[in-house]
Amino acid sequence: MKANFILNGAAHAADAPAETLLADYLRDDLGLTGTHIGCDTSQCGACNVLVDGESAKACTLLVATLDGANIVTIEGLGTEQALHPMQAAFRKAHALQCGFCTPGMVIAGITIANRHGPDLSDELIRHELEGNLCRCTGYQNIVTAIADGARAMSAEGAREKANAA
Amino acid sequence: MNPFDLVRPKTLADAKSAFRGDAAWLAGGHTLIPAMKSRLRTVETLVDLSSVPGLDTITRDGDRIVIGAMARHAVVAQNAVVLGAIPGLAALAGGIGDPQVRNRGTIGGSVANNDPAADYPAAVLALDAVIETSHGVHTAEDYFQGMFATALADGELITAIRFRIPDAGAYAKHPHPASRYALAGVFVARFADGHRVAVTGATMGVVRWTEAEQLLDSGRSLEGLALNSDELSQDIHASAEFRGHLAGVMLRQAAQDLR
Repeated sequence: MKANFILNGAAHAADAPAETLLADYLRDDLGLTGTHIGCDTSQCGACNVLVDGESAKACTLLVATLDGANIVTIEGLGTEQALHPMQAAFRKAHALQCGFCTPGMVIAGITIANRHGPDLSDELIRHELEGNLCRCTGYQNIVTAIADGARAMSAEGAREKANAA
Repeated sequence: MNPFDLVRPKTLADAKSAFRGDAAWLAGGHTLIPAMKSRLRTVETLVDLSSVPGLDTITRDGDRIVIGAMARHAVVAQNAVVLGAIPGLAALAGGIGDPQVRNRGTIGGSVANNDPAADYPAAVLALDAVIETSHGVHTAEDYFQGMFATALADGELITAIRFRIPDAGAYAKHPHPASRYALAGVFVARFADGHRVAVTGATMGVVRWTEAEQLLDSGRSLEGLALNSDELSQDIHASAEFRGHLAGVMLRQAAQDLR
């Protein structure tokens, strides 16, 4: 089945069997392997991507139902030279050990900042990370990184606004 | 996942005519797709409702609020109409699953599935809701028929749920720490003509708790009350006795949170 959507800022024409899941399509058909498949039972959040600005589990979405959507994967957030502020915060806080959950954590972190602004309590972050499992870190540095990343996103937004003015 | 045909109708009439043979409705898909992936469920035709307009509106109609079946949990949780009329219902929606589930999951999908530990059925029953479908209407009392069983006929589609606005309402649940489904969840609603209390998670399907309703109506203490029922669920997560006890704790919490 055909579906036309925006993927990482560019128009994309998908054509895949009806049962194709977005996570499999990204990884197997497009080689975008930053979206990880951790549990495949819709619980772990390693496959989180942005769909129309909101986090969604790519392992639980059918590609053919995404016609017209705006999809951003971890590959679409920044570049190695210019990381997204949330990615930079994860690096600075060393918010990972094995790194498997990290793409989904970064995506979740961005939406938490978008929903709740720059001043996030640890309690709120932990509550909002309900759908993201990490088996290594105990979450401490991830929570720190998301708090820092949210402040950096807000500062960058303010800078961009000033430059545009 | 086993192959299937996917249909994406643009009108309710087309949706109804697309539902043929071994078919299923696709709403948010956050129960159905995992079930299909594990092959607990196979279908020949999947009818995706996301392109049918008008199924996700939320409005107030006199003493009721009407929530379209395709309204997502995250939307219900933040909707001004719901927050104004039944804040306990908004809070319930904001506590379902995790943010990703709330971004996709829908009220119609949840109520159609009738998982015995889902949150929405407790609100539907306690708030004396009416379930509007492609075929007609069901009262909450008639609609829920035990674990995953409802009054829906094959191909019957929920279009909206009409909740009666209470004087006050609140929901409290003790979630399973991994799934966030309710080990016990209690919705308490106070109407001019009395209280309605519904329990999810603790039993094989959502139930009214008449003993709790009578105590609340008469203003007597709820202290020490536990749900005593032959239908209490028992599994590796919680014994029947513990679930009955938890239901009492959640009842007292909800009664205290009434607003």
